[in-house]
Amino acid sequence: MAMTLAGRDRRRALALLSPAYLWLTVAVFLPLSAMAFFSFLSDVPFGGKDWHATLDNYRAFFQTATYATLLWKSLKLGLIVTVVSVVVGFPCAYVLAKIVKGRSREALFLLVILPFWSNSLVRIFSWAIVLRGNGVLDRAVNAILPWDVKLNLMFSPTAIVIGLVHSYLPYVILTSYLALQAIDDSLIEAARSLGARRRTILWRLILPLAAPGILAGAVLIFVPVVGSFMEPRLLGGRVGTYYGTVIEDQFVAVFNWPLGAALSFILLAVVLAILAAASPILRRART
Amino acid sequence: MNRLLLTSALVLAANGALADEIRVLNWQGYGTDLDWAIAAYTEKTGNTVVHEYFTSEQEMLTKLRTNPGAYDVVLINSAYTAQAKDEGLIDPIDSSMIQNFADLDPSLTGNEDLNPGGALHGVPWTWGLTSIAVNTNDFAEMPTSLSVLWDPQWKGRVSIRDDGLEAVQFAAMALGQNINQITDLDAIKAKLTELLPQMTTFWSSENDWNQFMSAGDFAVATYWSGSASRSQAKGLPIAFVVPEEGAIGWLDGLSIPSTSTHKEAAAAFIDWMVDPAFYVKWDAEGAPVSSNTKALAELPETSFNRKLVEDPATVARVQFMKPVSDADRETYLKLWQDLKAAQ
Repeated sequence: MAMTLAGRDRRRALALLSPAYLWLTVAVFLPLSAMAFFSFLSDVPFGGKDWHATLDNYRAFFQTATYATLLWKSLKLGLIVTVVSVVVGFPCAYVLAKIVKGRSREALFLLVILPFWSNSLVRIFSWAIVLRGNGVLDRAVNAILPWDVKLNLMFSPTAIVIGLVHSYLPYVILTSYLALQAIDDSLIEAARSLGARRRTILWRLILPLAAPGILAGAVLIFVPVVGSFMEPRLLGGRVGTYYGTVIEDQFVAVFNWPLGAALSFILLAVVLAILAAASPILRRART
Repeated sequence: MNRLLLTSALVLAANGALADEIRVLNWQGYGTDLDWAIAAYTEKTGNTVVHEYFTSEQEMLTKLRTNPGAYDVVLINSAYTAQAKDEGLIDPIDSSMIQNFADLDPSLTGNEDLNPGGALHGVPWTWGLTSIAVNTNDFAEMPTSLSVLWDPQWKGRVSIRDDGLEAVQFAAMALGQNINQITDLDAIKAKLTELLPQMTTFWSSENDWNQFMSAGDFAVATYWSGSASRSQAKGLPIAFVVPEEGAIGWLDGLSIPSTSTHKEAAAAFIDWMVDPAFYVKWDAEGAPVSSNTKALAELPETSFNRKLVEDPATVARVQFMKPVSDADRETYLKLWQDLKAAQ
């Protein structure tokens, strides 16, 4: 009797899960397999071009230092953007979760999520208007300060970081918010009644308990930023060549899909390796 | 009832035979997709026009390869005509179907790049120059040499297009090398290494260029002659300069894909595209130079293109771009990527 029930349960679970798995197969697994297939070809397999299987695309990564240099540059960018986002986003999430209540919290939430509702290109172009030499920021600063300042942040690594932080900040705010919400206020009160100072409460209580949320947000930011191409291209100008822009070039400008696919898979492998290396920390944070 | 159905079916079929829908593959905003031009063509022939766009020559070739039968007219730069012909993508042109053909400049219809294998595969449509344009608010006197791109005075306000081949060609010209026969690639690399810190950003489209120029980000930048005349027509304070070292010349042809199913309508469209009536109106909005000598003669004296072609000294300095081998193209791309990655 128990056996048949378990069997029926399994069948029901399968029926309920199948749409999700079907979706994953069609939208994730098939395109990824196609790209994996491309990455081992000598040329794109359509339009009557000659092609054969090869490892040259992966070899190309190691033949020059260019790709490795760019990958390192992109990883550093990912790290900087993640750290800045956490430093800016965590206090924001704390205020939302523990300090403001009711209506004003809803309003603040709306402001946090608002960037998600606008097209990312629109966001980048508005930053271009703000950061450009003699742009909005330049004029505002010059209107306040008595001496002449030339900021001109446009087309610099700083501009790229600003654009990316703005795009990805909501992730870390939302995940940290959820983690902070789950912390029972009475724990904090207990700590305070036992004489813990504010800094001790933050370091020994709140941060460890909120760590899973912060880390989840950090991972959500780090992975896409390493492969980002639009922000570096539009805000970085001359210095905006990163690993992601080179991959984009392979697909859009020079039509070397196989090399583009191989570079993407190398990026995927590196990112997975980093996450695997960080997984002990991630696991400890969860318990 | 049956008869009614039959007649309506016949009417539909007849309409289909008379009015074709031709599909044109071109850069966006490059002449063929002007509303008034399409309307005039439809009025003349009854055919309608649908456009599809590409953003690089490689994309154009890929689209031709992967969508047989999808296009009837395609714009191909003369440096790529031979490649398209060799891959069997385009047909030879039957010049008797182009009524304006007799008025086209014989040196262009006889251009060896448009005649791979001795047969014309692209009707010469327009030609133009890739050179430099300067902001006239910054330059009281027009520069005469390409070295202005390397001038420290304009550091941070220089731009070139994000294209390895073009970058190499500009450096070659600045060094006095022939753009079609590059001899000293190391010198070019050194020259480009000096150029990059001068630059503010790369530009990739005419729209980009106009925005950067009007915002004052650019003082001097490489540009296309046709786009320069359009930007001037829009009121940007710029001047197009052909420096003493020369300029890169390009020639665009209109071809008919071998898989096209509306070849007659396509030929009629190409004929309209080289018609003086079309060109004179297009020139007023900003256009490259027409291949039709009669059309050029009809331009007003003040026209940008008329002034360009009437100065023989300018025309003599132009180095027309030849087809580039895949191996060379890859070498230039690599060099360009390395330089950009080092920034």
